[in-house]
Amino acid sequence: MILRLSLLAAAIALSGCVHNATESALEVGANQVQIRQIQSRAFDTTDKTKTLRTVISTLQDLGFVIDKADLELGSITATKLDGYALRMSVTVRPRNAKQLLVRANAQFQEAAVTDPAPYQAFFSSLSKSMFLTAQNVD
Amino acid sequence: MRLLSLCGLALLVVGCQTGIPEDALALKPDSLERRQLESRRFAGGKEVDILAACSGVSQDMGFTTDESETKLGVLVASKTREASNAGSRFAMALLVGGNAANSMDKSQKIRLCIVVKPVAGKEGQEWVVRATFQRMVWNSYGQLTRLEGLSEPELYQQFFEKLSKSVFLEAQKI
Repeated sequence: MILRLSLLAAAIALSGCVHNATESALEVGANQVQIRQIQSRAFDTTDKTKTLRTVISTLQDLGFVIDKADLELGSITATKLDGYALRMSVTVRPRNAKQLLVRANAQFQEAAVTDPAPYQAFFSSLSKSMFLTAQNVD
Repeated sequence: MRLLSLCGLALLVVGCQTGIPEDALALKPDSLERRQLESRRFAGGKEVDILAACSGVSQDMGFTTDESETKLGVLVASKTREASNAGSRFAMALLVGGNAANSMDKSQKIRLCIVVKPVAGKEGQEWVVRATFQRMVWNSYGQLTRLEGLSEPELYQQFFEKLSKSVFLEAQKI
């Protein structure tokens, strides 16, 4: 019985991380609305360029090196190497007449980051930089 | 047998764990210190001229440009080089044994990102240039052995010395 159980556990362990292409491409298991909420924040500013520049400096403060930046698309992609590879894309777009929406999504090694805590930490860091910028402190 | 089932269970538990470090996206106490190390303030000129000077310096150091977005003051470049020289491999082989040389680091890709940003309150007059380096190292089996940001102060000092010469401006430590 124990042998069967252990074989079963090992079989699940070995097959547990194998996803087919469709699952991997679409991440069908994730709750789309919930993921958006976790990854997005609104900021009371309409200055897209300044916000993107603040996103870049925040990412640098967090140890990232920028991979790509596009003002028109409002998108920044960066990678942090610290014994691991953490890749992050941040997009900035208008939410309404007075606000911008900042959305971040991260990939740690070979998995999407869906835990809310790292995003909270990121937006907390970004908020501090936005505040510093607003207060003319570099 | 019990051990075997425990092992199976342990595999099951750790099988899909992603394990992002808790502080990976949080500011650390040394964030300000790193910012100072990686940044210098320049006065005069236009932002695009400073960025062009940065591009020149990166070319001087053998980097090739991967990406640039002038409107955001971003320049990204990289280079691939040998990770260790023949002399150190030979010395390591003598010390540790014949196969040691094979397992040593073979090649490395160094990435450089330079960001030019107007100084708050002095837009159009003063700029902060921040450079960040990181590298990936592979051994002779093609395995990735190191993923790290570079924080040696000499690296940044020398980079900014070259940049200062390049823009003919006096760099001010911030």
